[in-house]
Amino acid sequence: MSVTSERAQAPAIPPHEVVRVHVPPRSLASEFRAARIMWRRDLIRFVNDRIRIVSSLVQPLLFLFVMGAGLNTLSKSGTYGVNLKTFIYPGILCISVMFTAMFAAASIVWDREFGFLREMMVAPVSRSSIVIGKCFGGATVACIQGIIMILLGPAVGVSYSITLILGIFGLQLLLAFTITAFGVMIAVRIRQMQSFFGVMQMIVMPMFFISGALFPTRGLPGWLEVLNRIDPLTYAVDPMRRLVFGHLHISPMARHVLDAGVTWWGYRVPPLLEAAVVLGLGLLMLAVAIWEFSATE
Amino acid sequence: MVSISMSPLANSDGRTPAAAIVVEHLVKTFGEVEAVKGVDFEVAPGEVFGFLGPNGAGKTTTINMLCTLLRPTSGSATVAGYDVVRQRDDVRRHIGLVFQDPTLDSYLTGAQNLRLHAELYGVQRDLVEPRMRQVLSMVGLWERRDTPVGTYSGGMRRRLEIARGLMHSPRVLFLDEPTIGLDPQTRRSIWNYIAELKQSEEITIFMTTHYMDEAEWCDRIAIMDHGEIVALDAPQVLKDGVGADRIMIHTDDNEAAIAELADRFQIEAHVAEGAVTFRVPGGEQFVPRLFSELRVPIRSISVSRPTLDDVFMSYTGTTIRDAEEDPARNRSRMMMRMSGRAPR
Repeated sequence: MSVTSERAQAPAIPPHEVVRVHVPPRSLASEFRAARIMWRRDLIRFVNDRIRIVSSLVQPLLFLFVMGAGLNTLSKSGTYGVNLKTFIYPGILCISVMFTAMFAAASIVWDREFGFLREMMVAPVSRSSIVIGKCFGGATVACIQGIIMILLGPAVGVSYSITLILGIFGLQLLLAFTITAFGVMIAVRIRQMQSFFGVMQMIVMPMFFISGALFPTRGLPGWLEVLNRIDPLTYAVDPMRRLVFGHLHISPMARHVLDAGVTWWGYRVPPLLEAAVVLGLGLLMLAVAIWEFSATE
Repeated sequence: MVSISMSPLANSDGRTPAAAIVVEHLVKTFGEVEAVKGVDFEVAPGEVFGFLGPNGAGKTTTINMLCTLLRPTSGSATVAGYDVVRQRDDVRRHIGLVFQDPTLDSYLTGAQNLRLHAELYGVQRDLVEPRMRQVLSMVGLWERRDTPVGTYSGGMRRRLEIARGLMHSPRVLFLDEPTIGLDPQTRRSIWNYIAELKQSEEITIFMTTHYMDEAEWCDRIAIMDHGEIVALDAPQVLKDGVGADRIMIHTDDNEAAIAELADRFQIEAHVAEGAVTFRVPGGEQFVPRLFSELRVPIRSISVSRPTLDDVFMSYTGTTIRDAEEDPARNRSRMMMRMSGRAPR
């Protein structure tokens, strides 16, 4: 063709057609897409990282089986025939989710250290979409971990029913979301991974120990009772325990002592209100995280 | 080529097409340190524009303001027709960025990194795959697209970053030291991509470098030193402007040589990179005279046509390498880094 021969004069450029795309202005749809890809990124990374899946299971399993079995003989008189493993199972359901969710949030610090945070910071999307996507990503990953813990039920004397599984899953999802929001809120301010682990040790471990995951919330010393009622994790552990204990056949005395429930000045807080506390805190911390993230240059 | 020395924005009919980048009196201070001291310039669409200067000259700070990562202390700038402060999102939609430091997710594969980018930028779904194929083929990574970035070499990562920066067909591509720390072969191939891009896409390229030989590839360069633009033109025009050749001699007694050059030849010489350096028109003709008349023994001599190094030296009085070793300059850079807003 004559056109081709004329073209031959031009500098040699590869003959492929240029695919030209364009970036639309910001819209709700584009924000949703951005949030969704941040969520998917966490899933892809989780699935690719098998060591992480295993390592975040180790701690809850240690608590459940080693501590549960080891201290069982000591606690026999106080649990009215309920195995200690069964007693702490609801608490372990919560903390397994908590550790994974904190870990997911930690990746923000990681991203900052390894530069990927910049890629998110310069994208033409709202920072809120990124934080929201991140929180749901962390929550989803934590729930996958949670499902593995749910599967352990029969091993500690808890038999399944569909309502129990759905209930546990719902509570875990709620807790996972709140803890990820909490973790992101902290992670945005931290520049080094070591510091983040330091903060984890300083905040997460006390939260876990104070929450009543390992002991009943009745008859605590005054100072501990105050701390326990302030600890947000208390409001996830308590409904979880009520839910699991609702499906157990145990003596009324054991129920009275072990599943005492959280009280505010003598008022027994209903589970729905407890769940609302967790959700409310989660939303509040999400808002703070978004605000902090948007203010970062 | 006289026409190049004029503003590339001026058409024959006197009307100016919309510039890709317009910068007016841009200033950025970090506490006490004035990193950018009021720079002005324009970049025409389709141009490859280079920012040249030693580390700490304010290049990265300027680029960060242009790509909306830093707020200017004062002054204004538009990129692709949008104001970098008031229309931040519009600027972001139209620019691609390749940073000095890596910004890839090394747990994801090359393709996953690019898809993530396309999703963040809202690229039309049906065009994501063809566009990805195009940019990955250009940088020679199409075959490696499904391997995690963690397994890539440094050069491959940089190439992937360039591909990602192009993924959303930006109008302006910012490259901050795109070839720093890379082997010569990769550096050359990156310049080939840039040349290819100029041919195939309607794109303006704004880059910083402190490699003089690379600046030669740019259509125009701005030389930046201590936060100011000291010269701005096509590389050839800048070199022609220097006029004289550069002579560097190694002697047994540099002090005596400098004194004698001043006495006998009225030439002002100084020591740069360990050699007595001075500038004369017609360098080759001067060498025989030098050998016969200079009493200080000469151990070696080199004569060179003006390079961008000479341009740099004629405007700043120092070579770019010496400038980077200047402790005062490094101190101010340290302070900027320590203030937490490092101009990286």
